[in-house]
Amino acid sequence: MKKIFVQEEWCLGCRLCEYYCANANLGNGDMAKTLKGKKIHPCIRVEDDGRISFAVACRHCEEPLCKKGCITGAISVVDGVVRIDQNKCVGCYTCILSCPYGAVVPSEFGVVQKCELCLQNTGGTPSCAAHCPNQAILFTDEEVPA
Amino acid sequence: MKHVIIGNSAAAIGCVEGIRRQSRRDEIVLIASEAHHSYSRPLISYYLAGRTDLQRIKYRPDSFYKENNVTAMLGETVTALDPAKKTAVLQTGKSIGYDKLLVATGSSPVVFPAEGLEQVAHLRTFTTLEDALYLEQAVRPQSRVLIIGAGLIGLKCAEGLLGRAASVTVVDLAPRVLSSILSAKPAAIMQEHLRQHGIRFCLGTSAAKFYRYRDAYHAQLQDGETIAFDHLIYAAGVRANSSLVKEAGGETNRGIVVDAFSRTSLPDIYAAGDCTESLDVSSGERKVMALLPNAYLQGEAAGQHMAAAGGSPRSFSEAIPMNAIGFFGKHILSAGTYPSGEEIEVFEEEDGEGGYRCFYFNKAENRLAGYILIEHPVCAGIYTALVRERTPLTAEQFARLRENPGLIAFSPEVRAAVLRKKEAQA
Repeated sequence: MKKIFVQEEWCLGCRLCEYYCANANLGNGDMAKTLKGKKIHPCIRVEDDGRISFAVACRHCEEPLCKKGCITGAISVVDGVVRIDQNKCVGCYTCILSCPYGAVVPSEFGVVQKCELCLQNTGGTPSCAAHCPNQAILFTDEEVPA
Repeated sequence: MKHVIIGNSAAAIGCVEGIRRQSRRDEIVLIASEAHHSYSRPLISYYLAGRTDLQRIKYRPDSFYKENNVTAMLGETVTALDPAKKTAVLQTGKSIGYDKLLVATGSSPVVFPAEGLEQVAHLRTFTTLEDALYLEQAVRPQSRVLIIGAGLIGLKCAEGLLGRAASVTVVDLAPRVLSSILSAKPAAIMQEHLRQHGIRFCLGTSAAKFYRYRDAYHAQLQDGETIAFDHLIYAAGVRANSSLVKEAGGETNRGIVVDAFSRTSLPDIYAAGDCTESLDVSSGERKVMALLPNAYLQGEAAGQHMAAAGGSPRSFSEAIPMNAIGFFGKHILSAGTYPSGEEIEVFEEEDGEGGYRCFYFNKAENRLAGYILIEHPVCAGIYTALVRERTPLTAEQFARLRENPGLIAFSPEVRAAVLRKKEAQA
């Protein structure tokens, strides 16, 4: 199964991944029109301390604590992808409490969201990886050597 | 191999899924007193508030039992276990044999006796879907609701009923709300938030007696105040349903005593969820941690162990106290314990906008013992993992994490294990 892998030595800290993610989640239209002047709500997060930077998104764990702890049963694993049923989620934040990577975040619509590998918007080609200018984010089924 | 599961909530469902990870063929019989499809117990207050419905409240899809090849005996109650004969005895007198058995019987609300309480016809507890369905019908726009207990159950009930009733008053013997999960300062913040939404509090007191006068019930409090009400909801605590194991000779304390694989002291009998007492790995103490995520993890660990060929369990549960709960849009996230003492450094701050953060750092063991956040939920799970794993932290690392929770505070090797490996290993 393909997942997102991140090579921090190639990350420029440009945060384009956050913008492409937010835009993909809002219908993948013209980014400038969609996002200009708005606070963005991406599922990927860039950490940056001025010396190093890298992006973090859901790891689609084989033992997902978010799914196991979900009080509603809204989180399930479908073909290896950890997915959230937004219709069932009540926004209790138990998944945010549980994820060791900080990869589940409040959504702008009152419940929670996480990376679902763009299955729900671009049809499964993660926009962050497709648009990373330095290939620091890879969508591949090969692990990236450290 | 035949597995019998008693219960139908998170621990029982976790057990079914744990067994099915090991074996598609083992026989599973699930027996539960409640005649409902598995539903999410914490959602009963959301149901009253109109934030879920009878379909979405289901914890698993309608097809769950069929897809997992589970014989579900819903509406049947197990009254005794016979570990020697390896049978569970039903109320009907029928016996069901097992090779492995899980007790996931949950907990029951406790109602303490008080003068006149027996006269209150409209007394209800709040732990089942039946309770929610009853209150949905019984509580009218003119109803005055009195809730005994300002813990998680009492306050979620108050939130769920506020829009349906004329008034909601909460009484608790403790001087603050949510005393089991919050210290004084965050409790005061949440109490004020709830008060602003219209919930009335009488704290540090209790109902001395109840009586009926002119078509209304009245509660006379210890501090002298009298409250008129139409509906009384008792949410002063729960007790683990441990009697099946206790009466069969198994070890119980405040709950059924289990190990990390959810085994009881009786052979081939496991227990999981709110009926158990287990090790809190964050403090090293044994306690009842009646929380849904722990129930699922314990149930799953039990299921994997029950069905493991040759006794090779794949997972075990590492329970810690942890809570995510919100009231009227304001969220609390907390985990671990809040110890005091010379070795504990407490970092507490308010953001001036109703948010709050507090960390309990153990200087002697260089680790985070617990935390409480009101709002500021982003990346809270990173703190939870630090508490659960007892991750050693330098003072500088902890200072960075406190300001900005993230993976950047860790070594490049730790980050690589998370971000470059197929199965993330933190």
